[in-house]
Amino acid sequence: MLVHSRKGEWATWAAFFVLFLPLFALPLLVIVAASFAGHWSGAFPSDLTGEHYSAATRGESLQALTTSLLTALGASLVALAAGTWAALAAARLKQRGDGTTRLSRLCGRTLDTLFMLPVAVPSVVVGLAVLVAFSKPPVILNGTSTIVVLAHAILVTAFAYQSVSAAILRLDPAYEQAAASLGARPAYVLWRVKLPLLLPSLTAAAGLCFALSMGELSATMMLYPPDWTPLPVRIYAATDRGATFTGAALAVVLMAATLLVLFAVSRIRTRASYR
Amino acid sequence: MASATLTAPEQKAKPSLKVPAWVWALPPVTGLALVFLYPLALVVQQSVQPDTGGTSLQPYSDVFGSESFREALGTTVWLAVGATVGCLVLGFALALVIAFVPFPGGKAVAKFIDVFLSFPSFLITLSLLFIYGTKGMANGLWTDATGASGDGPFQFLTTPWGVLLAEITYFTPFVMRPLLAAFSQIDTAQLEVASSLGARPLRVVRKVILPEALPALAAGGSLVLVMCLNEFGIVLFTGAKDVTTLPMLVYSKAMLESDYPAACVVAVVNIAISVGLYGLYRVVSRRAGA
Repeated sequence: MLVHSRKGEWATWAAFFVLFLPLFALPLLVIVAASFAGHWSGAFPSDLTGEHYSAATRGESLQALTTSLLTALGASLVALAAGTWAALAAARLKQRGDGTTRLSRLCGRTLDTLFMLPVAVPSVVVGLAVLVAFSKPPVILNGTSTIVVLAHAILVTAFAYQSVSAAILRLDPAYEQAAASLGARPAYVLWRVKLPLLLPSLTAAAGLCFALSMGELSATMMLYPPDWTPLPVRIYAATDRGATFTGAALAVVLMAATLLVLFAVSRIRTRASYR
Repeated sequence: MASATLTAPEQKAKPSLKVPAWVWALPPVTGLALVFLYPLALVVQQSVQPDTGGTSLQPYSDVFGSESFREALGTTVWLAVGATVGCLVLGFALALVIAFVPFPGGKAVAKFIDVFLSFPSFLITLSLLFIYGTKGMANGLWTDATGASGDGPFQFLTTPWGVLLAEITYFTPFVMRPLLAAFSQIDTAQLEVASSLGARPLRVVRKVILPEALPALAAGGSLVLVMCLNEFGIVLFTGAKDVTTLPMLVYSKAMLESDYPAACVVAVVNIAISVGLYGLYRVVSRRAGA
């Protein structure tokens, strides 16, 4: 459309791939290659071995994977519940129509701002704040796994809120109006009409939250107790002491686990959207 | 009130417990206040309460006076601005090709970008270690090709340039996504008309595509700017002693030096910059309708 000569097209594509492949595809390929390398001091890895994987899937590393999966699961469930609730409440406040005042719309917008705030605040600072607040009475969580899950939940709730809010805006109000006009109570409308319609976006939001929590490093570095070490921290520890190939294998495990969960979630989503 | 009494009979006919909308907003807001707003308030409070007790602005003057803080502030800002400009230029060019010079497999590339976004940032630095590290691929290729002994020419990884490269790589997809969405809205007939009237591709890009893409560019750019200011993983993995950004300074003050008041001061400065910019992003993206 933009370039009309065949030669020009080929030149554009060549330029595209010259930029795209080294910048975006190469990094991921290199990590996979390094995870198999026994040795890498020339142009290409040598002494290929699967040893790093056997190290990455036993003992403390396996425990780190479980820790990450559990943390991500806990954080995304909390975030999904809180984010959906808040998004529904905000949507109701902002709803145009009878009985909504300017004040209530203002409340709705305030809710938007409040729940999006964790995106703007640096994750390290969220970690510091949670550490400062829960290291002293009345609630002492320092050194427990709860504090890690809590920090992750705070960080990802904003994303759950954002995607559910966007989905509510796209929802056709005719369905709930029809249900309500047939005498369905608000709770029934919410449970049998609104939430099922929102299900595809809810699963998408869950997948996003899970992926973000799996890769979270900044706040975790401020908070993690020795017996609750998530995978990213473990990757950092391996790389920091010079075991970069083990770090790469762990990183591949992290990417694979994240992708598997995202894939499973998208399967649920396609099933949900066909219903 | 009057209308309430008038509609009372109807209410009796169909009794339902009507709770005002704001009551439903209370539980999530209370939760957020307890686990997020209250901790943030404590950080601000601790930043004005030095270890010696009492309330003073001493920690602020100490931190602002220190060389390391001013250096970190400067590094953070120039890295974030540089990375944002890089992401915008690169993201615009790449999205332009995907959208307007379509090639087989373009869909797969767009999908790949989505997957890329779901990985953590520090993976990029990790892989750059293998590509441009002292013993990495690029230096290996160089020494193989030239037969030179000693280290290769690529030694920039532990300098701010390494961080800049990693940030541009990681954050460019964040610009491309809104851009691709905006490009899909452009009527291709406009482009055909412009070029059939004799406009060169560059002119079409400048006069037709760029104005349409401007809101998406502004929204994506300000999001990336905030994310770069807050980036921690990339800098941590670089492991360079002389690249310190504000989030890194918060971490090292709190975790390595256990100097919590100073960490809180840096945190407050970082929050102020990021939240200010984020407010700007919200305004811009609402204008853009994104």
